[in-house]
Amino acid sequence: MEIKTRNRVLTAGAILLLLGFIAFAEQFFDLYIVRILNVCAIYAILGMSMNLINGFTGLFSLGHAGFMAVGAYTTALLTMSSAVKKQIFYLAPLVKPLDQINLAFPLALLAGGLLAAVVGALIAAPVLRLKGDYLAIATLGFAEIIRVVFTNTQRITNGALGLKGIPALTNLWWSFGTAAFTLVFLVSLINSSYGRALKAIREDEIAAESMGIDLARHKTLAFVIGAFFAGIGGGLLGNLLGTIDPKMFSSMFTFNILLIVVLGGMGSLTGSIISAFIVTIANEVLRFLDESINLGFVVIQGKVGMRSVVFSALLMFVVLFYRHGLMGTNEFSWDRLLASKAFRRLRGFKKEPAEGGVDR
Amino acid sequence: MTLDLFLQHLSNGISLGSLYALIAIGYTMVYGILRLINFAHGDIFMMATYFAFFGIATFGIPWFITFPLVLVLTAALGMGVEAVAYRPLRGAPKISLLISAIGVSFFLENLTIVLFGGVPKPFPAPAIFTDVVQVGTVAIQKLTFYIPIVTFISLLGLVYLINKTKTGMAMRAVSMDQEIAQVMGVNINQTIALTFGLGSFLAAVGGIMWGMKFPQIQPLMGVVPGLKCFIAAVIGGIGNIAGAVIGGFILGIGEIMLVAFLPNLTGYRDAFAFILLILILMSKPTGILGEKTAEKV
Repeated sequence: MEIKTRNRVLTAGAILLLLGFIAFAEQFFDLYIVRILNVCAIYAILGMSMNLINGFTGLFSLGHAGFMAVGAYTTALLTMSSAVKKQIFYLAPLVKPLDQINLAFPLALLAGGLLAAVVGALIAAPVLRLKGDYLAIATLGFAEIIRVVFTNTQRITNGALGLKGIPALTNLWWSFGTAAFTLVFLVSLINSSYGRALKAIREDEIAAESMGIDLARHKTLAFVIGAFFAGIGGGLLGNLLGTIDPKMFSSMFTFNILLIVVLGGMGSLTGSIISAFIVTIANEVLRFLDESINLGFVVIQGKVGMRSVVFSALLMFVVLFYRHGLMGTNEFSWDRLLASKAFRRLRGFKKEPAEGGVDR
Repeated sequence: MTLDLFLQHLSNGISLGSLYALIAIGYTMVYGILRLINFAHGDIFMMATYFAFFGIATFGIPWFITFPLVLVLTAALGMGVEAVAYRPLRGAPKISLLISAIGVSFFLENLTIVLFGGVPKPFPAPAIFTDVVQVGTVAIQKLTFYIPIVTFISLLGLVYLINKTKTGMAMRAVSMDQEIAQVMGVNINQTIALTFGLGSFLAAVGGIMWGMKFPQIQPLMGVVPGLKCFIAAVIGGIGNIAGAVIGGFILGIGEIMLVAFLPNLTGYRDAFAFILLILILMSKPTGILGEKTAEKV
């Protein structure tokens, strides 16, 4: 079979398998596992969008939590019923038109993403003139400002009380579907001339500029698209969890996503997806660290927060010893998988494969 | 607003500004020498308050022994952080260093939560610092006067160390050009470690006084002051010690005055620093005293 056809068949098979899996999971898995799978997919979206800004364009931005907050609040406010809104906003009523509007989930998600993108565009203009650490701290600052504003605008965001009773509209179809769409969109973006320009900016700004790349335009593009998907991810998350408040979107959240991006490899979308699943599932598996373990004869006292200690140690470990992450700047491909040592051992290959046709 | 009240706010602003300045110096020195935002600096400052808490409240050591001990321990902590998290990354891309710094900060915070619990603890401030004196019609804590004095003395010591001693000369040399400094026989690793130690020492001075002024300590208390002090360093011109002090005072006094004069903006107090930062970065990206550097190709 020709390699191209083989890869197409494999891809189609994988997609069918995934669809079957989602349908099965929606039906038969218990709610806890479905929820974790949802979180995995949402973190994959957030990781990919952050990777576009940080990994592919080389802009070290720490503003992701802010964009997520904008998306989450917008989507939540547009999908909550007016009765629930009336009940929750007991300190001060919600501003006029917003308390009656009720949109379908996809429209609300889109609105959340678009609003996050608008905020991203507004921030991009001043911030993208900065470089390196200054950019990092300025974007962190903007995210913090968004959070402070959300804490104080009682009549729009319900302030520190947050929103409760957000309808649970996010299901596996939405989260995995959006993640797939994000992947396809970003892959086509990165393989276009725009994507090559972004990578050129990452490698060397001055050289890129002298090759005729409009720095401001391309950086803004990456930033706005990243913000858009962060907003959508935030919207999905809000409607999954059911409650959101400004505290949730602190810089801690951004650092969690950063861990995913770094672990997966800065500059690898599929790496971000893989590490989103690893990190989220590990986060649940490590939950035992926070609780006491009863071994029958002895009880090991768990400590609340131990999980986060392990996590931060992991982040440092990855940076210190494993700087390129799981995938480096490579993407997943069937050729690579089939040629990998582990896979060949699995199939009992003895001979080394012929040269060529291994890498893309 | 009466004059008395204004003076009270001003003295508060000056003592807050002094604390900011002390912490900002740590940022600016590390940035000057490694070109790195030491995200863990705020958490080193937090650890200092915990050390003081354990010295006084748990072990019952008198304050005049505890405080010097805290300073030494914190300096050692700073040097330890450098050795573990930053030294292996010398020569690595800057982004790796920054992520490592975030990792350390995260690690220290969570470790404190695990070891000491997340519940705020009361800082055992010795009474001789917290006594209240009557100045005219207003009552002011003695501490409010001590803080600027201690800050001033620390600054004098620092300036002497940097400008008059051999170690200080080595620090200045390394921050100008690491390679050339090395060629001239400066021990780079030792100098960088010392810089971290010195910065952490000053953070500990600030931390002890912070604990007495705001006598409630908790594991995340270093985050917001840490960010603000970094901002103070940027406002003054990062890499420049005088700039960090000026930035600290601008931020401290500005913040107190914002709350005093525009009370309905109190909720936005923490955003004030960031707004100021972004305005400064827009108009004068290298800060008030920063030098302009052109990038060479």
